[in-house]
Amino acid sequence: MTGHVVPVRVYVGIFLALLVLTGLTTGVAFVDLGPWNTVAALAIAGVKMMLVALFFMHLRWSSSLTRIVVLAGFFWLAILIAFTLTDVGTRYWSPTPQGWTAPTPAPAAQR
Amino acid sequence: MAEAAIPRAAEHPPYLAHHFSDIEQQNEAGTLGMWVFLVTEIMFFGGLFAGYTIYRYLYLPGFEAGSRLLEVQFGAINTAVLIGSSLTMALAVRSAQLGRRKALIGFLVLTILLGLVFLGVKFNFEWIHDYHEHLVPGMGFSHPGPHEPAIQLFFCFYFFMTGLHALHMIVGVGIMAVLIAMAARGKFDGGHYSPIEVSGLYWHFVDIVWIFLFPLLYLVGGRY
Repeated sequence: MTGHVVPVRVYVGIFLALLVLTGLTTGVAFVDLGPWNTVAALAIAGVKMMLVALFFMHLRWSSSLTRIVVLAGFFWLAILIAFTLTDVGTRYWSPTPQGWTAPTPAPAAQR
Repeated sequence: MAEAAIPRAAEHPPYLAHHFSDIEQQNEAGTLGMWVFLVTEIMFFGGLFAGYTIYRYLYLPGFEAGSRLLEVQFGAINTAVLIGSSLTMALAVRSAQLGRRKALIGFLVLTILLGLVFLGVKFNFEWIHDYHEHLVPGMGFSHPGPHEPAIQLFFCFYFFMTGLHALHMIVGVGIMAVLIAMAARGKFDGGHYSPIEVSGLYWHFVDIVWIFLFPLLYLVGGRY
């Protein structure tokens, strides 16, 4: 009747984990990791999102139908971002590599 | 006739709509409906996230310079405040499940207060500061340097994304206020907690949006 009642210590544990991850992602931003800074920031944000969705939003105890709807939403978001990037990233013709150009015909004026 | 009406009334409490066979089914439908709405919200914010990704890809140095103009400590503090409000919201749902009216109202009030702290920090310490630093596009933007146009573009995204997020926070605070008024009148006594549950889903969703906005806007520019 009242659905799944989650113990308080689980909620507090998730809260503390989220605070630690917030500190971690802020700390990592002050270290030069090159392109891995962006990867680390997004990976930590992804973990935090999973913690909030699974425990605070009760997805861990939700029906399969609800989970499929949520997954479909994120899948659609992935399509939006990935396919737009494949377009923008490939809009310009790459320069033709040397040696690939067709041999120029000999000028006719010399004959 | 009169005797037959009594069990019917007991089976169908006033908060159970007649087209649902039991309260479990009604709660399940409500939760699923809220998630469908949140999926449309994912796409709503997703357009901005996709736009941000593309322009960051096209103008990376300018976006990194713009990111470094934000004050990371306010973003980090606000992240912690919002995570705290998600905890109080989760505990409010738990109190409603257990039928504890006073605890429910208390946790909802705490959620509103933390939400207002977030908005206060955003307005008072960040947006007004940005305005004085001439970083608001369309309101005397000026940041002389090689990347000025790209930095202005970054701040367009910054204000649209944080502004839309703040708008969702304001709506959320309004929803919480309505829930408190309903709880005070005993609307959620006796196992009827679905409105609290779905409002909680909305509040946690707004939290998740910020969980991504914080690193994307404040951190990935590099602070070293």
